[in-house]
Amino acid sequence: MGDRERRTVFVTVGTTCFDALVKAVDSPQVKEALLEKGYTDLIIQMGRGTYVPSKVSGDGTLQVDYFTFSPSIADYIRDASLVISHAGSGSIFETLRHGKPLIVVVNEDLMDNHQSELAEELATRKHLFCASPQTLGETIQEMDIETLNPYVPGDAKPVVSLINKFFGFPDD
Amino acid sequence: MGPDVSMAVCCAFPVLVSLLLVRFAYVMYHSGHMPSKLSASAAGMRSLIVLGSGGHTAEMMNVVTTLQKDRFTPRYYVAALTDNMSLQKAQVYEQSLVRVEVDKEEGVENAQFVQIYRSREVGQSYITSIATTLLATSHAIWIIIRIRPQVIFCNGPGTCIPLCVSAFLLKVLGLGWSSIFYIESIARVKKLSLSGLLLYKLRIADQFFVQWPQLQQKYPRACYAGRLM
Repeated sequence: MGDRERRTVFVTVGTTCFDALVKAVDSPQVKEALLEKGYTDLIIQMGRGTYVPSKVSGDGTLQVDYFTFSPSIADYIRDASLVISHAGSGSIFETLRHGKPLIVVVNEDLMDNHQSELAEELATRKHLFCASPQTLGETIQEMDIETLNPYVPGDAKPVVSLINKFFGFPDD
Repeated sequence: MGPDVSMAVCCAFPVLVSLLLVRFAYVMYHSGHMPSKLSASAAGMRSLIVLGSGGHTAEMMNVVTTLQKDRFTPRYYVAALTDNMSLQKAQVYEQSLVRVEVDKEEGVENAQFVQIYRSREVGQSYITSIATTLLATSHAIWIIIRIRPQVIFCNGPGTCIPLCVSAFLLKVLGLGWSSIFYIESIARVKKLSLSGLLLYKLRIADQFFVQWPQLQQKYPRACYAGRLM
């Protein structure tokens, strides 16, 4: 175990139910693409979904593990070499804050699908890759992590200073 | 007797309506400006902080941690009854403040935590939504009357609407004055959320922030002051 270098892919669906994503990462095409890119382990946080991925282990294949929820998602993100996430802003910014390469998979089954706006905007700015469950395999094959720009976290100070100005408080 | 009463009502009614209209115009005129009575008082301002769950709460807590706590005090945190994470996060943060100021005895009394009924849960049908919205609205009115916030911070989703509308009604009735700040979620890049659109169009928010410049161009009365996340 100790002598091989682990390169873990962490998949997270947050508190949602997103079986299409779990199914997609469980497909042979996506697993092969991940192996080709040199990843060794796949950990899936499957949330409220009902689709249970197959656990595979052995030489030359991807080590797969899964769980439903964990209070320490941040630890999994920190230990990962690649994160594949649903489009929730919490998971997106948590991953970007840790400076991890990120593929966001948009859930096309959601009724009010405003979530894709954020993922697409951040993809245009090259902070992450954006995919759908159908295109995930292709996205992994074609992605070049070197092309991603690091994300500079936002700052609440300008907003707060405008609020202070509104009340006539001095800015400090 | 009868005609006299109806005459009185007939005269009083238009007077009342016009008084309310004048007051409404006054409130609209003064929205977006510093409340005159307030002028940077030494004591803090009662602040209502609406935590909207998940990503909304994370963004709001970034604002709260940056706020000058001595100006915005006491702080009342509100979250939906079904959301047990948000108030916990706020409690942890407020307790960390107390630890910093060990010599002061005030501490957690500067912060209160309130739960509110939600008008609509995800996936709830629109018909039952009417009943739950009525319940949520009366609860919101009660919370606003009890707290009489001078400042309201909110960033969606729906939970903040009954609170903001109640605060606005109290303004029109002359029973209180709250300055309302709405910060649209970072997830909204091209379009405002329904809550945001309502508060923007009805001019209920005194200051309205968006987190993407392209959204500011679409809604010129909004302020763009960078991202919170």
